Amino acid sequence: MANEFVTRGFVGKRQASSATKTQRIPPGQHEVKDFPVLSAGPTPRVALDRWSFTIEGFVREKVSWNWDEFLKLPAQQFTVDIHCVTTWSKLDTRWTGVSVDTLLEHVELDPRAAFVTAYTFEGYTTNMPLPDILNGRAFVAYEYDGLPLAAAHGGPVRLVVPHLYFWKSAKWVTGLRLMDKDRSGFWESAGYNNHGDPWKEERYTGD
Amino acid sequence: METEADDVNRAMMLDGNAVAGRFAALFGAEMTTSLTECASCGQDHMMGALLAFTHAPGVVLRCPSCEAVMIKLVETPRGVYLDARGAAFVRIAR
Amino acid sequence: MNLPLQWQLATIAAVRSETPEVKTFSLHLPDWMRHRAGQHYDLRLRAADGYEAQRSYSIASAPETEGQVQLTIEKINDGEVSSFLHEVAVVGDRIEVRGPIGGYFVWEAALGGPLLLIGGGSGVVPLMAMLRHRAAAGSRVPTRLLLSARSYDDLIYREELDALAADGSGFEVFYTLTRSQPSDWHGYSRRIDAAMLATVAGPLGRTPLCYICGPTLLVEAAANGLAEIGVPANRIRTERFGPSGS
Repeated sequence: MANEFVTRGFVGKRQASSATKTQRIPPGQHEVKDFPVLSAGPTPRVALDRWSFTIEGFVREKVSWNWDEFLKLPAQQFTVDIHCVTTWSKLDTRWTGVSVDTLLEHVELDPRAAFVTAYTFEGYTTNMPLPDILNGRAFVAYEYDGLPLAAAHGGPVRLVVPHLYFWKSAKWVTGLRLMDKDRSGFWESAGYNNHGDPWKEERYTGD
Repeated sequence: METEADDVNRAMMLDGNAVAGRFAALFGAEMTTSLTECASCGQDHMMGALLAFTHAPGVVLRCPSCEAVMIKLVETPRGVYLDARGAAFVRIAR
Repeated sequence: MNLPLQWQLATIAAVRSETPEVKTFSLHLPDWMRHRAGQHYDLRLRAADGYEAQRSYSIASAPETEGQVQLTIEKINDGEVSSFLHEVAVVGDRIEVRGPIGGYFVWEAALGGPLLLIGGGSGVVPLMAMLRHRAAAGSRVPTRLLLSARSYDDLIYREELDALAADGSGFEVFYTLTRSQPSDWHGYSRRIDAAMLATVAGPLGRTPLCYICGPTLLVEAAANGLAEIGVPANRIRTERFGPSGS
């Protein structure tokens, strides 16, 4: 019975979105204007002169870029909606970064590669099926809203996979490991969904 | 880049006390005075002294000595997931 | 506390303003259980559509106050639970709570002292429960409180603390105001540091029992300062709370 008690007058700080925007908010989500910071640990301090980004695993030959090399890769601007599994969505976020398609042009994929694990500077991992990061659906971003990406939001670079819940968009990402089998990452091994499509509400394992 | 002192993630850090209610509901016992050992560095601490990160999809408890992840707790509609692979042991008092 | 923790419906019996940003809520509990000073309750709010928000708040009242608990709560900008409690909740409203919770950050008269309490802002709340318990239990353990706040008006429980310090039981209180001070201010005017801790802790000897509660950065500074002046780590207990008030 206590489970159904409704607190008089409580609505939370969620705001209603305009009708045109409502169609862009997945089920169970609400729109926010600020950019909440979520983290499983302290912000890592990443020295740019020792930073690198690597693609490895089921590829013919792994490839790494240092910071200067990474900045020379063809970059694009992306304006996308993002959806956090903790129920907030933020519309029209503006990023600059390198498409994962561009990065993968530098390696030859092993035909068995079917999944990817994004790994990060401080030990966080997240897994996705390979097709979810191809064809313009994922990029590695180093600018947000026209400024260098703040460390609290994952700077110097974070993965952005906007069509999946935002925990897949690993902060402080330093590499992608191509895999033949799916391997659950940091949250996926603790009850969160291996895929995480917000439009299907794939929040938890078994959704 | 921010310095350690103005790290918003560190400023939002709590400690094991902050999740005492969830653990008490789960284990049926007060857990903050339970001893636990970090599997990474071998230091022993009481659960109440672990560093807690709660602004996340679940609760993450880290070792106050080396900051390695010790315990993750996620409450889902189908069950509570407890990942304690970073803890060598948790002693639940009799 | 060996029974699984159950939610119960508390009724708000009284609301008192402590400072412009801080209120004390007295809750009547159908299943009141004697707490230990330093423990907290979890509060859960639910909207009609099922949306929930949950926070933990320290108990301010002494365990000797039976049948009810007092929670002293600071209004956090953007904090959906504390704003609701400050702006919407009124006497007679019912709120879901569970507790008392915690065993790590507790003090009972039987634990003795000397006792050094260090609080930042509303971090004084569990320390106040300890001081009220100390008074109710008739303890004369030498005790000092160092309380940090932004300004004079932000000092929670100031009148009660000054009265306790004047009752001759061996309790002394020290204030530091970090942002602004009255013109005739005689207390400290800076963030807590090792020199301040050495002065306040000195008369309590080498191994006072220390409880620190406040925002993370204050807790870290105070704990590091105590280590610097030689207080053993096993005599220091900390409780952090974040700027979001969770």
